Amino acid sequence: MKLRWKLALPMLAGLLAMPMWGAPSQAQAPKKGGILKYVVPDEPPSFDGHRETTFALIHPIAPFYSTLIRANPEDPNSPDYVCDVCTAMPKPADGGTSYTFKIRKDIKFHDGSPLTAKDVHASFQKIIFPAQGVSSARKAQFSMVESVTAPDDETVVFKLKYPSGAFIPALATPYNFIYSKAVLDKDQHWYEKNVMGSGPFVFESREAGAVVKGKRNPDYYHAGKPYLDGFEAIFAKTQTLRVQAIRGDQAAIEFRGFPPKARDDLVAALGKDITVQEMDWNCVLLVTPNSKKKPFDDKRVRRALTLAVDRWGGSKDLSKIAIVKAVGGVVFPGHALAAKKEELEKLAGYWPDINKSREEAKRLLKEAGVNDLKFTLANRGVDQPYTIVGTWLIDQWKQVGITVEQKVEATGPFYASLNAGNFDVTMDFNCQSIVNPLADTSKFLPTAGDQYGKFEDAELLKLYDAMNRTADEAEQRKIMRAYEKRVVDDEAYNHITLWWYRIIPHRSYMKGWKITPSHYLNQDLSVVWLDK
Amino acid sequence: MLRYILNRVLLMIPTLLGAAVLVFVLMRLIPGDICVLRLASGGGMDQQVLANCRQEIGTDQPMLVQFLQFMKGLLTLDFGKSMWTGRPIIDEIGLRFQLSLQVAIMATITAILIAIPLGTISAVKQNTWIDYVVRGFSIAGVAMPSFWLGILIILGILITSKALFGSPWMPPIRYVPLWVDPFYNLSMLIWPALATGYRYSAVATRMTRSAMLEVLREDYVRTARAKGVYHKLIVRRHALRNALLPVVTILGIEFAFLMGGLVVTEQVFNLNGLGKLFVESVSNQDYNMTQALVMLVVAIFALTNLFIDILYGWLDPRIRYNR
Repeated sequence: MKLRWKLALPMLAGLLAMPMWGAPSQAQAPKKGGILKYVVPDEPPSFDGHRETTFALIHPIAPFYSTLIRANPEDPNSPDYVCDVCTAMPKPADGGTSYTFKIRKDIKFHDGSPLTAKDVHASFQKIIFPAQGVSSARKAQFSMVESVTAPDDETVVFKLKYPSGAFIPALATPYNFIYSKAVLDKDQHWYEKNVMGSGPFVFESREAGAVVKGKRNPDYYHAGKPYLDGFEAIFAKTQTLRVQAIRGDQAAIEFRGFPPKARDDLVAALGKDITVQEMDWNCVLLVTPNSKKKPFDDKRVRRALTLAVDRWGGSKDLSKIAIVKAVGGVVFPGHALAAKKEELEKLAGYWPDINKSREEAKRLLKEAGVNDLKFTLANRGVDQPYTIVGTWLIDQWKQVGITVEQKVEATGPFYASLNAGNFDVTMDFNCQSIVNPLADTSKFLPTAGDQYGKFEDAELLKLYDAMNRTADEAEQRKIMRAYEKRVVDDEAYNHITLWWYRIIPHRSYMKGWKITPSHYLNQDLSVVWLDK
Repeated sequence: MLRYILNRVLLMIPTLLGAAVLVFVLMRLIPGDICVLRLASGGGMDQQVLANCRQEIGTDQPMLVQFLQFMKGLLTLDFGKSMWTGRPIIDEIGLRFQLSLQVAIMATITAILIAIPLGTISAVKQNTWIDYVVRGFSIAGVAMPSFWLGILIILGILITSKALFGSPWMPPIRYVPLWVDPFYNLSMLIWPALATGYRYSAVATRMTRSAMLEVLREDYVRTARAKGVYHKLIVRRHALRNALLPVVTILGIEFAFLMGGLVVTEQVFNLNGLGKLFVESVSNQDYNMTQALVMLVVAIFALTNLFIDILYGWLDPRIRYNR
């Protein structure tokens, strides 16, 4: 129950803050039929949801798969998770260390074979305990899981090492596709290059670099759905083209998000034919200094970098041109565990007086013996919001006499450099699906697979562990503050810049889809319909 | 003539081999590892996963073994699989080749239809207002990048269609082959063909004009005029045919370039062509794909040059290759 309330508050706040423009979304009976065309900015490196972390996989591929549980597609901002292939959300047993899921009997994979608990078991075994040589991006999220078993064809049991509020949200992550055990037994890598699920749409075809097509699954187990006859996910790399595609009705929507200018252009051009949904985004850009490299091994230098940045002023200016807005700490702003404004203002880089903050930054640099600091900021070649925020940061650092050169690379080489530790200071991101601060903040741990700061900190691990083990919300909040202070202020391992703001303008004839705080959520398209 | 063609085809073999060696070496000089790129965004890399990846795509083999495999594939026209997508290269290229070929042909036709009449008129009407207009038109084409013209075309279509029909229309952004739906296909490809064809025609117009001006001053043209031959006949039969030799060379080179060089224009119109594949394969360090694409482009250039040489013989009967 506590978990529900923790999630309910930010969701409610998000809903209240969510502007809806254009055509009113009154309750209409969904119409069946039609092909939804939408644009996707990038192509996924593989089709394996267990391995990938990019939205470029979710948007074209999620409609083909089922998951064990999920955010409610009819009401994705509701704090409750609902079953997808299970029959009812289980109650935890054994003091919160055991969850037993009953699996529906009426589900078939698209090849006609029945989906049973054995398939669910095999899928989570691959995610949580991957075999040697098999890559799993979300293994760390399930660190509390001791075992997964399937005693019969209808039952899956998860045993936990300790009770954890992060477990159910981790299960509901939309990347946790249910794969066929028979296929996995033959080849654990099969799903990297092939698609075969049990979701609302059946894989029809894929043209590399161009389009992924799906058609309605006639045997879909959620009665009456999906409403669409099919979909076409069209890959289009340039933002201008994606905006024009919606304007010229070659696509109804892009599910990631556009900057304010694109929204304004579409509204001006299309009027009532465009509907805009907006809300805060569970995604934030970070600045991570390489703690293994001089002078960034000195926490005074790292603190100076964050003290130089005027987040409050930046929010006002950047939110006009980029997909960023909210000032926040390590937790999604508005969540019960997030820092309030007065708490934030005590942290380095969030002081209300930016001049005082920058004076402190200069003092720290001088104290550390670093004069005329020059470094390269590694950045990802994605304009929204990476290079825009990167350029803004360079100006912020210039205010305290630091000279920075931005090195922009394509995603692949960029991450290759981060993994190899070949950088001074890098831009990084923390984008999560379900709003779950306990899991989301694992990104800041020294042991996280995607922590590029290359530092060691036993104290931080201890704080995180304590936060996960307590069920008391007030205690969690207290520990979260200490954890946050250590990450962004005392040690300044990672600097939070600005939280993203999601703006989705879409054709008004597309109905049924509701915005969520994550571009990973609610993408199976089972409830989307076309009012044409 | 046949002997000449055979000689030229045989000469293509060392050209292709040289290109093969060069691309193989150059690709391996670029720092980086395709497996690191493929797995990097997943957050942390398991060494075993990396080793499996390298084994799967063959980059764990000694360089000599990799080269011999590449050469064997080249001789048997089997380029293997894309290291990035795991799909057969022939399928990946096939998808894009038909699109790029169609755009190149349509752009070439556009260029010919614009360049030859305008270049000829401009030369014949030298230093008149017509000449100035044509020269302005062609200079604008050279100065204006085709991708920028493409953006203007899309915006123009959106604005015009809204003004005419009440709602904006945009050309399709997903390719359908000509034989599946000719109308849909042409409504997508005509615009990039116009954008690139205009730039392409600008160069050819200027070349046609200067070649025509030169030919029109030749003695045999003066003789024809003295004999009382009609002006139109002089221009068409005596001058234009001879002036076309350098124009054909330009058109041929541009055609070959269009097959793989339309990177930005492809992005503007969302064309899934060879140019885009080229850039992606280099940035992904997909050796197999890049090598196959380079070989394809080299072969296209070689064949286009051969075709131009043959065309020379038809345009100028004085040119004979079998003497």
